[in-house]
Amino acid sequence: MDSKLAYYILKRVLLAIVTVFLVITITFFVMNAVPGGPFLGEKAVTEAVMKALEAKYGLDKPLGEQYLTYLKGIITFDFGPSLKLRGKEVIDIISVGFKTSAKIGGIAAVLAVILGVTLGSIAAIKRNKFTDKTIMVLSTAFVATPSFIIASFFLIIFCVNYQIFPARGDTTAGLIVPIIALSLYPMSYITRLTRSSMLEVLGQDYIRTARAKGVKSSKVIFKHALKNALIPVLTYIGPMLAYILTGSLVVERIFSVPGLGRSFVNSITNRDYTLIMGTTIFLASLIVILNLVTDILYKLVDPRIDFS
Amino acid sequence: MQKDRRIKRKPFSFHLNTADFLLATEEEKAQQEIMRESTSFFKDGMKRLLGNKIAVICIVIVTIITLIAIFVPMFYPYDYSEQLGVIPGKQVDPSYNNLRMFEYGKTELEKKANGEKVFPHIFGTDNMGRDYFIRVVYGTRISLMVGLFASILVLIIGLLYGSISGYAGGKVDLIMMRIVDVIYSLPDMLIIILLSVVLNTTLTSLGGFLARLGTNMISIFIVFGLLYWVSMARLIRGQILSVKKQEFVLAAKSIGASSSRIIKKHLLPNCISVIIISTALQIPSAIFTESFLSFLGLGVSDPMPSLGSLASNALSGIYSYTYRLVIPAVTILLIVLSFNLIGDALRDAFDPKLRN
Repeated sequence: MDSKLAYYILKRVLLAIVTVFLVITITFFVMNAVPGGPFLGEKAVTEAVMKALEAKYGLDKPLGEQYLTYLKGIITFDFGPSLKLRGKEVIDIISVGFKTSAKIGGIAAVLAVILGVTLGSIAAIKRNKFTDKTIMVLSTAFVATPSFIIASFFLIIFCVNYQIFPARGDTTAGLIVPIIALSLYPMSYITRLTRSSMLEVLGQDYIRTARAKGVKSSKVIFKHALKNALIPVLTYIGPMLAYILTGSLVVERIFSVPGLGRSFVNSITNRDYTLIMGTTIFLASLIVILNLVTDILYKLVDPRIDFS
Repeated sequence: MQKDRRIKRKPFSFHLNTADFLLATEEEKAQQEIMRESTSFFKDGMKRLLGNKIAVICIVIVTIITLIAIFVPMFYPYDYSEQLGVIPGKQVDPSYNNLRMFEYGKTELEKKANGEKVFPHIFGTDNMGRDYFIRVVYGTRISLMVGLFASILVLIIGLLYGSISGYAGGKVDLIMMRIVDVIYSLPDMLIIILLSVVLNTTLTSLGGFLARLGTNMISIFIVFGLLYWVSMARLIRGQILSVKKQEFVLAAKSIGASSSRIIKKHLLPNCISVIIISTALQIPSAIFTESFLSFLGLGVSDPMPSLGSLASNALSGIYSYTYRLVIPAVTILLIVLSFNLIGDALRDAFDPKLRN
C-alpha cells in the first residue's frame, strides 16, 4: 500500500469520525430545543423513567455536562430508557428492530445488485433493440418513483386486490412484497449504471482485441467486460444501503413490518424523544460507516483513480 | 457556360487557373447568402428540447397540473377544510362522511329532488365529510409550491457559496469545501426528520403567524436551506474552476478582455446549463422530500392537506376506499416523474459535453 492511499484512507476515516460526532452533537442540541427537553418532553413521564433519567443524565445539571454524560453513554451503547415504552431500554428496541430491518434490507440489497447487474448487462448487449428499450423505460420510471408510492401500489395490487400475499409483514410470506418494494429503486438505478458503464467498456480496445483473438462472446462479456463494468456499481453500494435504510421507514409503516423503521416512525408520532435520538444516531452512524467502507473499497479496487 | 470560359491548361503546369479569379456570377452570389438566422445556444437547446417527444409530453402534463392547482380552487364551490355535514346550529349530518365518487349527502339529495343543481363530489368525501377533489388539488398546490421555493432557495445559497469558493480558490476554497464535505456526508433524510420533529413542536408552541403558515413547510425550507444547497454549491464551484482553466479564457485574457467580459461571455454561459439542469432536478427531489415527510406524519398541520399526508391517511381505509390512496399517489408520481424526465431532457439538450 502506498502512502497516498494510506493518506486517503486516514482522511476519510477522520471525516467519518467528525461526521458521526457532528450527528450526535446536532441530535443532542437540536432535541434540547423541544419544550421541556428531550429527556422529559412536553408530557408527563412515568415516575420510574423520570428517576432513571435524572440519575443518568443529571437533568438539574448544566447542558454541557448533560451532553458529556450522553456522549459517554453512546460510546458504551447506552441510549437511556424509552420515554413511552415502559421499562424498555432504547438500545434493546433498536437491536430487536434492526434484526428484522437488516434481514429485509440485506435481501433487498442482494436482490437489487444481482437483478440490476443482469438487466443492465442485457440492456447493454442488446443495445437499441426492443429488450434494451423496455428495460430502460421501466428502470427510468422506477428510478423517478418515490419508494412509498411503489410500496402503496404493491400493497393495493398484491395484498388488497388479488390477496396473493398477506398485507401485514409479521410473517415470512408477508415480507416478500416489502422486500421487492424496497429493492425496486436500487435495482433500477444499478441497471442504468451497469448499462452505461458496460457500453463504455465494450467500446474499448482490449475488448476488440479479445474478440479479434476469437474469444467466445460469452467469455468476453463475463471475463473481460463485466469485471471493469462493475466498478461504478461498487461505488453505489454505500448510497444504496443508505437509501434502503431510509426507505424502510415508509415501507415498514405501509406493510406493518415490526422493524427499526416502524419503531422509529412510531417514536416520532409518540414523541418518544430518547428513542428518536437513539435511532437517528444509530442509523446515521451506520450510513456514515457504510459510505466509508464503499469509498475505501472503491479506491482499492480501481488503481486508475488518483487520490487528489 | 463555365467550362467554356476556362482556358485549357497542361496537367502538371504551375500556371494558375485564370477562371478561378473571374467575377462571381449572380448564381454563385446567391449561394453565399445566409438564408437562415444564426442560432444561439439557447435556441439550439430549445429546438433539441422540443424535438424530444417525452419531454414535450411531460411539460404539457406539468403545465396542466400547475394550471389546475392554481385556478380550480378559485371557482370550486367547496373549500378544503369545509366539513360539509357540519352546519353551525344544526346537528352533524353523518351522511356526508365517506361518500364515494359522485355520491351526494342527504340534504344534497333533497335539493336534487327539488330540481336544484348540486356540484358533484368528483372524488367523493373523506371520513370527516370534506370534498376529496379539492383536497387533492390543494395538496398538489402545496407540493408544487414547496418544490419551486425550495429549489430557488437551494439555487441562491448554492450559487453564492459555490461561486465564491470557486473564484477565491486557495485557502478560502479549501476551508469552504471541507465544510461542504462534512455537511454532504450527513445523512440528510434523518437530519430532516429530526429537525422537523423539533421545529414542529417548537414553532407550534410559539404560535402566531409561523404556526399558521404551517410549521412543516417552514421546517422543510429551513432544512433545504441548511442541507440541500451542498451539492449545488459543489457543482457550481467545480464548473467555475474547470471553465476558469480552459484555453479560451486564457485566450480572452491575453487579448485584453476585461474580467467582467470574461465572466459575462465565458464563465456564465458555460455554467448556466448546469445551473438550469440541477435546479430543474431539485424540484422533484424537494416535492419527494415533502411528501415523504408528510407520509411519515410530519406533515402540514391538519386541515391543510398535502399529497403525502392524503396518501398516508388513506392507508387506514385501504380495503374499502382504495382510490383515496391511488389518486394522491398517481398525482405525486406524475409530478415527480415529469419533472425528472424534463430535467433529463434539459440535460440532453443543454449540456454541450454530452453532445455526440
